[in-house]
Amino acid sequence: MPSPDETRVALPRYRAAAPGTHPPLASAGYRSTALRAPGRPLRVLPQGLTEVTGPLLGDDRVGEGDHDLTRGHDGEPLGERIVVHGRVVEEDGRPVRDTLVEVWQANAAGRYRHAADRHPAPLDPNFTGLGRCLTDGDGRYELVTIKPGAYPWGNHPNAWRPAHIHFSLFGRAFTQRLVTQMYFPGDPLFGQDPIFGSVRDPAARERLVSRLDLKRTVPDWALAYEWDIVLRGRAATPPDADEDGRAG
Amino acid sequence: MSPGLTPSQTVGPFFAIALPWPEGPHAVPPGSAGAIRLAGRLLDGAGDPVPDGMIESWQADPEGRFAHPDDPRGAAGSFRGFARCATDADGRWGLVTLKPGRVPGPDGALQAPHVDLSVFARGLLDRVVTRICFADEPEANAADPVLAALPDDAARATLLATPVDGGYELDVHLQGPHETVFFSV
Repeated sequence: MPSPDETRVALPRYRAAAPGTHPPLASAGYRSTALRAPGRPLRVLPQGLTEVTGPLLGDDRVGEGDHDLTRGHDGEPLGERIVVHGRVVEEDGRPVRDTLVEVWQANAAGRYRHAADRHPAPLDPNFTGLGRCLTDGDGRYELVTIKPGAYPWGNHPNAWRPAHIHFSLFGRAFTQRLVTQMYFPGDPLFGQDPIFGSVRDPAARERLVSRLDLKRTVPDWALAYEWDIVLRGRAATPPDADEDGRAG
Repeated sequence: MSPGLTPSQTVGPFFAIALPWPEGPHAVPPGSAGAIRLAGRLLDGAGDPVPDGMIESWQADPEGRFAHPDDPRGAAGSFRGFARCATDADGRWGLVTLKPGRVPGPDGALQAPHVDLSVFARGLLDRVVTRICFADEPEANAADPVLAALPDDAARATLLATPVDGGYELDVHLQGPHETVFFSV
């Protein structure tokens, strides 16, 4: 066994999110939170080895072509073909390399290939709606897909979700785990969507919105959107443990 | 200039088209030496099962080590340490893993064996984090700083998995009188 002093040094420490960045768990406008959001305040879990390490899922989870959601079927899916690309970085800008990016989305008609999706819009036999890739040495990822459609849901009368792609990220530590959604610029449905609107800080909310990237469009073939994903960064220096043994 | 953190959004009801995979719940292949099953139900504030949730686990190996370069004691072994399981129609989840060893805490003192859990579901705008400890480790649990910091035994009990044949069971209550202790990390 290592001595306690061996483990007291050199553990990275991850900074807390600025207030207003992550949505409050209880968000009255989003009805499903009512019976699912914990009612008691969260307790602080001091960051230890379990929290500053995390799963490093790599090549074994990504097959050739998994980054291209328009492939793998008999034909091409209907819809507006797009490239979605960007970088996964920490708050200080350092790239998150070789990290698994998982995505899922509705088809161009706004329908998911899922038994629980009752929206009476057509399924597309040429679109499943899931993709995966690993970031490169500079934290870059790139996906090819079709632009998902908006769709109605039961949250409130005539509720519609703005078009979005779901993203799942691990980073390199349990503290960095992030599941989120990417939106498209200028969507007129933002104002009535309680999920997008659950992010209280307007600047943070805008970070969920991709930007049209004309430079990366493929002429005569596909539009491109750029979206960078920022995971929690490390504090500059690990704090000393105080006399209570809790990291400061 | 800091680029600013990307906010969390709910995993929604349809993640099952992408995130679960057949070996996902198996941090080790079932039948491996020392394999245990960690299982339970995910329940909402009315006590009803959450049939569209997802549990992920992260933990040390039986020696208390992590296969990760940020373990200052050196990256250990090949134990994946991670499992992912969608809940079923009855809110049930189940993972196959190894019982973790004791891991030094931030102050260097040994923590009780534990598994960190992330819980995702429609209606959760951010993951919620909890910990599984093991009810048959009374001495280690009594010395554990995270358990000691909780207000009472009732709160601690929400984190203690009960031994059953082949493993341990623990229900996760998102809300209500039996609400599980959740953490910010």
